[in-house]
Amino acid sequence: MKRYLSLLFLLVSCQLIFISNEVIAGGKLIGSSGATQIEGSGGGGLVPWATLTGYGTRDEVSASSFFSAVSVDDFRMSSYGASYAYQDRIEVSFAHHDFNSDDKTTALAQNIVGVKVRLFGDLIYTPWPQAALGVQYKHANNTNVIRALGAKDNHGMDYYLAVTKAWVDGPFHRNFVFNTTLRYSKANQLGLQGFGGDMKNGYRGLIEVSAGIFITRYWMFGAEYRQKSDQLSAVKEDDWKDVFVSFFPNKKAALSFAFVDLGRIGGKAKQKGGYLSLELTY
Amino acid sequence: MYRYLLVGLFVAILGACQSVPEHDDSLYYALGDKAGITKIIDIFIYEIGQTEETLHHFENTDIDRFREMQIEHVCMLSGGPCAYTGDEMTPVHQGMNISESEFNAITNAMIRALNTAGVSIGTRNRLLAIIASMRAEVIYQ
Repeated sequence: MKRYLSLLFLLVSCQLIFISNEVIAGGKLIGSSGATQIEGSGGGGLVPWATLTGYGTRDEVSASSFFSAVSVDDFRMSSYGASYAYQDRIEVSFAHHDFNSDDKTTALAQNIVGVKVRLFGDLIYTPWPQAALGVQYKHANNTNVIRALGAKDNHGMDYYLAVTKAWVDGPFHRNFVFNTTLRYSKANQLGLQGFGGDMKNGYRGLIEVSAGIFITRYWMFGAEYRQKSDQLSAVKEDDWKDVFVSFFPNKKAALSFAFVDLGRIGGKAKQKGGYLSLELTY
Repeated sequence: MYRYLLVGLFVAILGACQSVPEHDDSLYYALGDKAGITKIIDIFIYEIGQTEETLHHFENTDIDRFREMQIEHVCMLSGGPCAYTGDEMTPVHQGMNISESEFNAITNAMIRALNTAGVSIGTRNRLLAIIASMRAEVIYQ
């Protein structure tokens, strides 16, 4: 069933990618909505930005959905979700994660509900950046596994403040975007391994940054860095990094590829691999 | 490795922030001086005609004057030897209540005009940055 749904999604998206650029789906400029990050909020690949999903301006609403897959040396994760943005002010999102080890000994999953409020600023047009405040409520499924690893809880809340600015005439006369996010979290590996731990237990401030440059109107290159908590002695975790390229063929679809370096996961070191994400806006 | 990247980024940002000389007409010449700008504006007007959602704003527009003013304005904004004889942006758009979405639609018409005219991405972004800086004086007036 799930496989058919994924296939349907891919078919629809292929159609959307190749439709004309002139299709209006919200009044924002192409590429200016960013993409959907892995937890379902508007952003880059790993990091939530101050941007809301979709291309809706202050007079419009917008709905988006995404599918992404990460494959590193010993693990893979698929995620999908949907979001709704109201008048460029509030974004509500949902995402589901399925995480599996290639040796089939580990299967973890979680659901995430997010709310983001744009506080002030416009990504492109105000001299000051766009800022947004968000929460992500996460609920992991495999409580027994999570407890066995040493985590305290199977659910938890992340809070973040994201500040994002784009320059139309940036370095090399290219559009340039820079984002900084401060996250307040006690999640282990996004929450898949629960919340709180035996080494440390409690909220911690984490820094996440992204930078990107539009080489052309449709292609963006960039890099991201996401600091992580490291609270479980049984399964250490590392900060995450990626370099990405995003393709915005029109205002209906966005496609991102990334090389990710996720460090240690589930006791296995040096987990590197690829990330693919597809976002559709309606 | 990261140190070099950081230094590179710093240099790139410094380069972008270099102080602008007293009179910089490089954008004017990059756009192809008066002839290039005239061509861009002619395509721009054609593209506006193709943009249905904003057509009602142009119902009572004197297109010949609009064309002259656009050429003068872009010429002046790009550092060219022209005086803009039109009105300030705020009074021109008074009472039109142009939305963010409509502003972006017209910006897209300009982007298509610049692409069609064969303007390079860097030159295009320099002009778009100037247009973007005027948005607050144009929308919701």
